[in-house]
Amino acid sequence: MSTEHNRAGQPVSRDIGVLRAGYDYASVTDKIAGVVLDRSFGKVWWTAFGLTFIGVLAFFGAMVWLFIEGVGIWGVNIPVAWGFAIGNFVWWIGIGHAGTFISAVLLLLRQKWRTSINRFAEAMTLFAAGIAGIFPILHLGRPWFFYWLVPYPNIMNLWPQWRSPLVWDFFAISTYLLVSLLFWYVGLLPDLASLRDRAGRHGQRGKQVVYGLLALGWRGEARHWARYETAYLLLAGLATPLVVSVHTIVALDFAIGNTPGYHSTIFPPYFVAGALFSGFAMVLSLAIPLRHFFGLKDFITERHLANAGKVLLATSAMVAYGYAAEIFTAFYSGDVYERHVTIDRWVGAYAPIYWSMLVCNVLLPQLLWWRRLRHHVPTLFVLSLVINLGMWMERFLIVVSSLHQDFLPSAWGMFYPTMWDWVQLLGSVALFVWLFLLFVRFLPAISMAEMRGLVRDSAREPT
Amino acid sequence: MSAPLYGLLAEFPTADALMAAARAVREHGFRRFEAYSPFALEGLDELVGLKRNHVPLITLIGGLLGGAGTYFMQWYSAVIDYPINVGGRPLHSWPSFIPATFEFTILGAALAAVFGMLLLNGLPKLYHPLFAVEEFELATRNRFYLCLPVSDPAFSRDRSERLLRSLQPLFVREVPA
Repeated sequence: MSTEHNRAGQPVSRDIGVLRAGYDYASVTDKIAGVVLDRSFGKVWWTAFGLTFIGVLAFFGAMVWLFIEGVGIWGVNIPVAWGFAIGNFVWWIGIGHAGTFISAVLLLLRQKWRTSINRFAEAMTLFAAGIAGIFPILHLGRPWFFYWLVPYPNIMNLWPQWRSPLVWDFFAISTYLLVSLLFWYVGLLPDLASLRDRAGRHGQRGKQVVYGLLALGWRGEARHWARYETAYLLLAGLATPLVVSVHTIVALDFAIGNTPGYHSTIFPPYFVAGALFSGFAMVLSLAIPLRHFFGLKDFITERHLANAGKVLLATSAMVAYGYAAEIFTAFYSGDVYERHVTIDRWVGAYAPIYWSMLVCNVLLPQLLWWRRLRHHVPTLFVLSLVINLGMWMERFLIVVSSLHQDFLPSAWGMFYPTMWDWVQLLGSVALFVWLFLLFVRFLPAISMAEMRGLVRDSAREPT
Repeated sequence: MSAPLYGLLAEFPTADALMAAARAVREHGFRRFEAYSPFALEGLDELVGLKRNHVPLITLIGGLLGGAGTYFMQWYSAVIDYPINVGGRPLHSWPSFIPATFEFTILGAALAAVFGMLLLNGLPKLYHPLFAVEEFELATRNRFYLCLPVSDPAFSRDRSERLLRSLQPLFVREVPA
């Protein structure tokens, strides 16, 4: 075993596909910390920040108008009482699933390609889940009473209705947000300490104090590391069933109701697969600009992107199975309403969205069978955006097309989104990007502590 | 002797050197020494004498409390405090109590894991005598440290320093208390 060493006798990384050669502990740390502490913000960042900030203002402006006027500003009405808000909620929470999946499941499976993408994927999860949580609250007729979902001692002598999926949802989303936050913060602790110490060395007093407070006095003692690693592993083990349960419960919001098109046992697994599908697509949409603009191509390599592409291909197949199972169940059940909803999706008012969805989610991802395309970064980037669009259409269809023609033809109706629907959808995207822009400038987008471990492992690996 | 000491700090260039040094110090009877590394090193916790790691137990207790508490709350509210008769359906409808119970089992366990870990580690602790050693800032970047604290029964100012120097560190520093 011949390991390379730097002048201090420390190991130097070999090219193992997920990390390029020639990095030691110091350079890997400095490169990632440098993005946060030393790099100037730059024109591109400020432009993106400014543009998305306009979107954020529009989002909050629309929210204020909603609070003043009520949900009548949206296109929702009877029979389609669930419109964009619920579709957006399901879409965002789905996107939020990939972060925890990458951090937790891939950690338990000891996948090396997890190391440099877990941090920003977790941040993505946190932001997406947070945005998702806003929508059901906005959707309430009286959003200021949303805290009635919390079981707290109150003078009304009321309890939440435990048999309602909406209450389950509240428990699932709040748990998911808190556990994702804990997981992310625990992962950040050693890196915050690295930033504190680096800021101290470079005489950046203000940054030293801020990162020092956040690092809670972490100093890397062996006993601390042992407990830390145990806690981190346990969090991964806990987050794994959590990821599956959250979108399952979201699916139950629909499946428990007896509306045709909702009332199906395939929903929970189909929702979870769709969540991973859209989440990995979003990971690619974020990773590709991130590595490009911050010069992190040695850490987020084409291997990472290609692996994410393989996950997309697999989850696309699962989603396609979900579509097929829905159709099969509708006809096999012999239920006239189920059959009608299915045929209506093919040829009815929302058919163009259905067929576009199939193109985006099933047909185009088949390109990923080709190795050359999996390693072609622009293709991956475009494809990831296409898949996100396709998944949004899927959420929209599930919510709207099932409601618009349910049982009695006399009760059928159409849903047309209003300007405010669009403002809140696009505004939420802007809010997401805006938060992510702040994240990449103020916190390390890649885990430095784990990268140092990876440097050591890569140097020891026999070639 | 001038200012009171916290201990003696030695810097090592590599993880293997630190592991070797920890082993040597342990053989010399030290039981409360501290080792610092910029990433987790497998086996180092045993060398510094961490026998029991209580984080898993705390996590288990947190999970059990979260789950049992949430189930109890649902049962109490649905059966005792606020029973609603819906066409004679059972009040104790346990299948629909499972989702919230499951979620709060996870939440309880996760909170216990994180706060238990911090508490056992004595964090947050924003100041530590070692932070007064300027070079120690590299402990979170690329250097490895071994600290023999005065509080260890095997500590003796001169013999301990000789021991550390014999392990070929990059330097040995006194850490003021």
